[in-house]
Amino acid sequence: MICVASPPRPLPTHVDLMIVGAGPSGMAAAIEASQAGLSVLVADEGMVPGGQVYRNVDGAAADLSSALGRDFSKGRLLTARFRASPAVYAPRSTVFMIERNGERFEVGLTMGEAAHMVEARSVLIATGAQERPFPIPGWTLPGVMTAGAAQTLLKASGIVPSGPVVLAGNGPLLLLLAVQFLRLGVPISALLETTPPGNLVSSLPHLPGFLFSPYAWKGMASCSRRCGDARSPSASGTWQRRAWPARTDPFPPSRQESAHRGLDTAASPGRGATGQSRDVGGCGTRVECQPPGLRAHLDRGSRNRNSIAVHCRRQRRDRGADAAEARGVIAAGAIVQRLHGQSADLPSRVDAARLALRTHLNGRAFLDRLYRPADVFRQPADNVVVCRCEEVTAGTIRRLASQGATGPNQIKAFCRAGMGPCQGRSCGLTVTEIIAETRGMTPDDVGYMRVRSP
Amino acid sequence: MFRRLHESGETLTVLIDGLVLRVKRGDTVAACLLLAGKASFRRSAVSGEDRGPYCGMGVCFECLVTINDVPNRQACLIPVEDGMQIQTGLGAPALRMKDFP
Repeated sequence: MICVASPPRPLPTHVDLMIVGAGPSGMAAAIEASQAGLSVLVADEGMVPGGQVYRNVDGAAADLSSALGRDFSKGRLLTARFRASPAVYAPRSTVFMIERNGERFEVGLTMGEAAHMVEARSVLIATGAQERPFPIPGWTLPGVMTAGAAQTLLKASGIVPSGPVVLAGNGPLLLLLAVQFLRLGVPISALLETTPPGNLVSSLPHLPGFLFSPYAWKGMASCSRRCGDARSPSASGTWQRRAWPARTDPFPPSRQESAHRGLDTAASPGRGATGQSRDVGGCGTRVECQPPGLRAHLDRGSRNRNSIAVHCRRQRRDRGADAAEARGVIAAGAIVQRLHGQSADLPSRVDAARLALRTHLNGRAFLDRLYRPADVFRQPADNVVVCRCEEVTAGTIRRLASQGATGPNQIKAFCRAGMGPCQGRSCGLTVTEIIAETRGMTPDDVGYMRVRSP
Repeated sequence: MFRRLHESGETLTVLIDGLVLRVKRGDTVAACLLLAGKASFRRSAVSGEDRGPYCGMGVCFECLVTINDVPNRQACLIPVEDGMQIQTGLGAPALRMKDFP
């Protein structure tokens, strides 16, 4: 059971470091920075620390924890250190604005029913990653959800689908979820793996790095279990199947219904959950082609001299949490040095974190290439809804792009794609990629939707 | 549609679309609705088609419901509270002429 953490009263109005997000990187940074003497406030949309990867790790029942695996339950070590640290935790709070004010930042957050302004000397954006949703026919139907959402329901509330499930997509999270469902006796009627076969060839040169990374044995353990238990689809009706529209294709494309929340995951690395907060924080974003995704500029230049807006990416649950934790420590080290000068033993821990990060990244190149989603999923058919909120189809975006709309901000004005409640979080990258393809540009030249404070 | 692995913990009472339901403290509104068999949480403001939770972590805004008469609350982020009144199925709000004097 979750015990909703009680909010700090009163909320501090001036802090040295404001951290957005209490996942592994946010917690690790908060621990290091607060122990080095900085005043730290951590704003988090969750009810308890942990982020999505360690969601409700302290409250999960013992047998649920064991089904979720050791990579989940080890998060308790981090949450315990975080709770013991002097950092102030603000649960269920949403940062809606970060603005520069001279040498400082004004951070606006809502907590409960009220808005608060906090002045911070530096801001660390550790909002993690989200699954990259790939639009497919029927992806807006109730009952179709991301693999991350299904896993979050499992972690947070211990609830699972009551009927057989279809898992579709590619990437490690899908396999991890399948393994967890099988351990818990959830019937899986089909696991539809959509990785293009050609990826294996292009990823081969990176195989050695992968084999020497911590991901290798985890992946193999997952795969062996998966092949043993879930190979043959059963034909029973399922809640997700019923939701699926009648299709002529042999399988529902892409990993969206599956997908991984660690967007940085193998399949579409590099895209963070809240492109939003990075942009508002004055740190630009870039759209990358390989791996396809968004990446924040890490601006160490004069513009952000006494700030640091680093996007600590969580790569993926069982591999990424460790890398994210390392990134959190590294970011905290840089911030402490900037605000406080050198501190006693932090540099040695930063060095250790760099080393840990490097071993993790070594394995990533292979996974990035292996699970690169097929182009057909990044360029949906004309009749597929791309912007869920405003129900704009890929065809509309293509038509407008070929008529001269040069970027996602014009597309917004012409057809409202990206202007609904989610503000382009679900469709932004797809809109950019469709424009790029239609106009023969690179996604980076097309750019990303402009983000504004509400 | 969904089931709970273990029935344990403190329960409280909420009103879901006028029906009284026992739910578990600490669950999100979205989890309670899914357990109650609600796949559709709202209707799209554009076409009116049914929508339900998609991302489960506050990104997609598909799980918007009315809680204690406040519309458009994110069901996946809000923990249930005793006596909470949850209403699903809201679509685009109707224009009321009296709002435009």
